Amino acid sequence: MLEVAINHRFGSFDLDVDFAAPAGLTAIFGQSGAGKSSIINAVAGLLRADNARICLNGVDLARLPVHLRRVGYVFQEARLFPHLSVRGNLGYGRWFRKGGLEFDRVVGILGLEALLWRRPAGLSGGEKQRVAIARALLSNPQILLMDEPLSALDGARKAEILPYLERLRDEAGLPILYVSHAVAEVARLATTLVVIEAGRVLRAGPAAEVMGDPAMAQAMGLREAGALIAARVVEHAADGLSHLQTTGGIVVLPRVAAAVGAEVRLRIPAQDVMIALSHPQDISALNVLAATILSIRRGEGPGAIVSLDLGGERLLARVTQRSVEALKLAVGMQVYAVLKSVALAQGDIGS
Amino acid sequence: MADWLTPEAWQAVRLSLWVAVWATVCSLPVAIAVAWLLARRAFWGKQVLNGLVHLPLILPPVVTGYVLLVTFGKRGLVGPALADIGVVFSFRWTGAALAAAVMGFPLMVRAIRLSIEAVDLRLEDAARTLGASGAWVFATVTLPLALPGVLAGAVLGFAKALGEFGATITFVSAIPGETQTLPSAIYAALQVPGQDAVVARMVAVSVVLAMGALVASELLARTLRRRIEGRDA
Repeated sequence: MLEVAINHRFGSFDLDVDFAAPAGLTAIFGQSGAGKSSIINAVAGLLRADNARICLNGVDLARLPVHLRRVGYVFQEARLFPHLSVRGNLGYGRWFRKGGLEFDRVVGILGLEALLWRRPAGLSGGEKQRVAIARALLSNPQILLMDEPLSALDGARKAEILPYLERLRDEAGLPILYVSHAVAEVARLATTLVVIEAGRVLRAGPAAEVMGDPAMAQAMGLREAGALIAARVVEHAADGLSHLQTTGGIVVLPRVAAAVGAEVRLRIPAQDVMIALSHPQDISALNVLAATILSIRRGEGPGAIVSLDLGGERLLARVTQRSVEALKLAVGMQVYAVLKSVALAQGDIGS
Repeated sequence: MADWLTPEAWQAVRLSLWVAVWATVCSLPVAIAVAWLLARRAFWGKQVLNGLVHLPLILPPVVTGYVLLVTFGKRGLVGPALADIGVVFSFRWTGAALAAAVMGFPLMVRAIRLSIEAVDLRLEDAARTLGASGAWVFATVTLPLALPGVLAGAVLGFAKALGEFGATITFVSAIPGETQTLPSAIYAALQVPGQDAVVARMVAVSVVLAMGALVASELLARTLRRRIEGRDA
């Protein structure tokens, strides 16, 4: 358990945050300039905050110099040492902090066996970032800090590294503080979500709860906002579709890479959810779930965010205010949610 | 080959190399420390230190030699005290080495400071998060990455030491076999008529030594840089 309270003034910008990061991956989400990187730099000690209390397992890291804090920091740019081989880079932290994860195991998790004798200058961006992650892990840290580790990479490289990050979250047993401004990444990785705006914590809590909060839709970006709901794989049908059980009923997805019985998390973007008053007939959408309206939040523009209850889980729908009027939507009404797209956000989240 | 130069001239060449090597080896660690302070630390009196370091570069060498004389000479400020513990500079080759070191120091510090400033601070930060204390960051990241510049500084200092004349002759005179370095020997030969051939040969040796040092350092620096920038071999 990590508890962070930081107060720092840079010129006219005032950073004042206070949140807790339980086990798993805590994503610090916010737009550029919101103060995300300053938070993890203060945790690492690279930023000397005016006032900071950073309690990790009962020890206040803020009192320690950087090299004694035992943080593993993965920077946006890999920052590998150019004069050392990959093996030299990986071994660097072990020189100072013995113990921790086994060398071969980390090399295996990140698929670095073939790169050990190469020099950083000859590696691709994705390879460099994998080496940087392994280097941080091997320095026997008590917490892993990641500052937009994927933002410098293209889509293919991101896809290459995301599974490694999921394995880390699920296998390494280290708390991870992860800075990002990409909603898809956060939806896929976060256990806990802290939303930062202009140096303040807007909201902190379990990822599904925060992402399902209609008040957060603006901060997450209207195009990207959307709920996370839990589901269990019940069947892989012969026509290439998978059936997943949610609290609102069965959802059908193109074949998902998870075994029958696996607990997964689905991400349903708010702008891909339509609302119907009766069960629509003759429609191509396969996923139509019965739901109850929990709240209607009108935005400043022509849009509105409707929060729906799916028998316990929350779903967000982004519709126009004109539709709200036309359908006479009101809190407590029984409606049908038509899902235009559903994506697997997190693979097997275990039980 | 041996009689191409007179025995006295050979002696001057050997002495010059000896003095320059000692001057370089002894002043290099100090130059690295000062360069690091100037490049990486903010402290009270930084500009004063910077000025002091550069003083030998802008003062007339004879003035620097005079300052050395009144400081380290037999009746100088600290000369007698040092003599008590067995360290004597006046009219010894050690004095020539001290003069050469002082004159080469600003050149060394400048080159090393620039190369330290060029080392990416973000790499040093990364090393700190990986558990390296300040001294270890310097030894394992800053210094290796600055090595080509350190080498360049050392060679500059060495070349300067080989050629040092004014401060040396003022401080320790030009005693053959003890303090008469190559430049002093050339100057002495110039005072005697009919020594043109001897002078020309000593000048040639001077040029070859300086060029040799430069070429050797260039080759070494290129190899180092290739290793640091780390293309796969």
